[in-house]
Amino acid sequence: MLESKIPSGPIEKKWEKARFDMKLVNPANRRKHRVIIVGSGLAGAAAAASLGQQGYNVDCFSFHDSPRRAHSIAAQGGINAAKNYRNDGDSIFRLFYDTVKGGDFRAREANVYRLAEISVNIIDQCVAQGVPFAREYGGLLDTRSFGGVQVSRTFYARGQTGQQLLLGAYQALEEQIAAGTVRMHTRSEMLDLVVVNGRARGIITRNLVTGEIESHCADVVVLGTGGYGNVFYLSTNAKGSNTTAIWRAHRRGALFGNPCFTQIHPTCIPVSNENQSKLTLMSESLRNDGRVWVPKKKGDTRAPGSIPEDERDYYLERRYPSFGNLVPRDVASRNAKEVCDEGRGVGPGGMGVYLDFADAIKRLTEPVVREKYGNLFDMYEEITGENAYKVPMRIFPAVHYTMGGLWVDYQLMSSIPGLFVAGEANFSDHGANRLGASALMQGLADGYFILPYTLPNYIASSSLEKVDTSHPAFAAVKEEVQQRVAKMVNIRGKRTVDSIHKELGKMMWNNCGMARSEAGLRENLARIPELRHEFWTNVNIIGGGEEFNQSLEKAGRVADFLELAELMCLDALQRAESCGGHFRVESQTPDGEALRDDDHFSYVSAWEWQGENADWVLHQEPLAFEHVHLAQRSYK
Amino acid sequence: MNLTLKVWRQQDAKAAGKFVSYQVQGVTPDMSFLEMLDLLNEDLQTRGEAPVVFEHDCREGICGSCGFLINGVAHGGHRGTTVCQLSMRFFKDGDSLTLEPWRAKAFPVLRDLAVDRSAFDRIIQAGGFISAPTGGAPDANAILVPKNDAERAFDAAACIGCGACVAACPNAAAMLFTSAKITHLNSLPQGQPQRDQRTLDMVAAMSDEDFGSCTNHGECEAVCPKEIPIEFIGRMNRDLIHATLHRRGD
Repeated sequence: MLESKIPSGPIEKKWEKARFDMKLVNPANRRKHRVIIVGSGLAGAAAAASLGQQGYNVDCFSFHDSPRRAHSIAAQGGINAAKNYRNDGDSIFRLFYDTVKGGDFRAREANVYRLAEISVNIIDQCVAQGVPFAREYGGLLDTRSFGGVQVSRTFYARGQTGQQLLLGAYQALEEQIAAGTVRMHTRSEMLDLVVVNGRARGIITRNLVTGEIESHCADVVVLGTGGYGNVFYLSTNAKGSNTTAIWRAHRRGALFGNPCFTQIHPTCIPVSNENQSKLTLMSESLRNDGRVWVPKKKGDTRAPGSIPEDERDYYLERRYPSFGNLVPRDVASRNAKEVCDEGRGVGPGGMGVYLDFADAIKRLTEPVVREKYGNLFDMYEEITGENAYKVPMRIFPAVHYTMGGLWVDYQLMSSIPGLFVAGEANFSDHGANRLGASALMQGLADGYFILPYTLPNYIASSSLEKVDTSHPAFAAVKEEVQQRVAKMVNIRGKRTVDSIHKELGKMMWNNCGMARSEAGLRENLARIPELRHEFWTNVNIIGGGEEFNQSLEKAGRVADFLELAELMCLDALQRAESCGGHFRVESQTPDGEALRDDDHFSYVSAWEWQGENADWVLHQEPLAFEHVHLAQRSYK
Repeated sequence: MNLTLKVWRQQDAKAAGKFVSYQVQGVTPDMSFLEMLDLLNEDLQTRGEAPVVFEHDCREGICGSCGFLINGVAHGGHRGTTVCQLSMRFFKDGDSLTLEPWRAKAFPVLRDLAVDRSAFDRIIQAGGFISAPTGGAPDANAILVPKNDAERAFDAAACIGCGACVAACPNAAAMLFTSAKITHLNSLPQGQPQRDQRTLDMVAAMSDEDFGSCTNHGECEAVCPKEIPIEFIGRMNRDLIHATLHRRGD
């Protein structure tokens, strides 16, 4: 069942070999093949534009009012590429090495190598589209450093790199829409996958304005629907980001890979009030110049400026002298939690640490700091009312990214033939922890440079029977979707969707967040089904299914989070080791670092859905490390 | 603090709308404006009433989904701020606020505070891109971009497509939006081959939608959450004249 289809041969030749072995579709025949792409973020928009350019007949779906709103737009810091423009020792192999190590040896070597290889083409492609990357005075591209690496390979467009890359892909997509190769379906949410004779052949969507349930048929379906961090309610994800598309596909047979691997980002603005609806990220790039510290003394409530230098603990610099403030995200987050748990946290509730720019301003001057990070300082001030040029920022970790996702093979195909998964929605390249500036790289690699090869290969090498939406499989799934919507709106209970979502989020943050214990996970596994029952008997959705109904949209997504949450806890429970962002308190080194157990857990967990009243089945894909030597990660 | 909200309620595109007053209690200064509306919606649902529909997603001022008028001003009138980032600390107990959707013929109301902004996508389709099919790009550093041009391109590309400029304009013109994209792409060496055609096509597409024309009120610049300067409209007009003359000369 778990055939990763990694090509044979030396690692630096695998992708070249795979491309040569792929079957092609004659240009004249391409328009006869329909491709459904769900999601219009970096992965989805890039794939839709590229396949449209090749001549395929593409239908692209987004729940937003425009493809430009996808959450890729909010990525701030940058995108990695092994260009070595800085002459500082970078190479494809080093980017590959850093990413495998950063992911704490839980990613596939072959996938990561391909990602590093393609990274250089991505920058070329984006520049050609007019993405306004930062430049040097001579007109060449500028770069900066990010956490977990010692070279400067991150390309950026001020603090809005994700926005600019997404607009590049969006514009390429709009060009194809005008050319008629892509049909864009906005305000359309995928509610289920249709599988015909074992192959993914279409989707069922709900028109979010009229409520109409629609069927769409194709030769192949791509999900580029992002991550599921909103299972925690509070996260840096956009409010609409959800798991529904991949979860519905999982229920139709797609295996779910490493669901418990979530990334807690170390530099977010701390929670300030009970009604808070989301958390705001401060780009990791700030750690290039900001110094993280807390008071040495517990419960020190003095203003930061009146705490003398020798009474401050620059704990990252102290514990990790070689990487200092630029340790990977999981390490930075865990350390912040530790010092706060010790009672040394700052700000209201003691859930925060300082990120101090005083030294950077002394060294570089305020205008230089403003040029580099101005928009982030402005954003911080808008939200907190504090001027970070004068007082240190207060930051705390928050849920940011999910490394887990649908299991895919080297071709990015899930365990359902004809269902491809790209970007954050798949599990593929980041192992147990993603390095900064790698999400944009992966989304665009999948969309621009991998799917445009692997999808035609699938089409050319499968004998696809003729199917349209009149096939009974479509009617059956559509009926199920309609019944589910009807059931939800007819509960008419007492609780709002948000109140249930918040309760789930707290449970997940406390017991499946930065630190996980067997007891906590077991507690969640007992309580989540109860909360799910509460939802299905006591939720109150005002209005019906046949109207613009935002409560109903939320309810459908929360219902799926209530199932996924259970699988995340199960996965975290079975993985009785610590690795990357997955920290099991039972498995740590004497000085509190994550302790991997390669003898027992060097595998990808891939879970198979067995039905609502049956247990999941765990499959394991063993991971082999031939090029990056398995070692305890050290950033000291 | 407690607030009085007068909110535009409209069931769908065809229905007639009206203002309905609500009291919101227990608002704290550290909430965002949308969190205050969340509070109202939780309360409405608990009482069995339909929540107010408003668009939002990232809640950090970058996706461009949110936006409505607060007391007649798009995004509430705090410089460089979308409504999702507008903090309640700028309001005080007892304030009375009127919330209504963008008002423009080209942006029909879908429900309550949500409007249809797909006209913006159609303007981009007309020419808001650089044709660079995947795979054929030269090395990124083969194209030198003077820093000042890159900075101007970026300033223009910062547009989030929220539609505030249209809502604020007495003529409901989309010229700040359109000129931002034209300035972004026309400022770069990569954008030169399609410069004239892009300008002509995007301006034509803008006129084909139900947008008005610029008469230099400057309201758009004042409400733009990304502070896109009105100077870009001048640049667009210059490029339009250039393209028109250039065409005649061909």
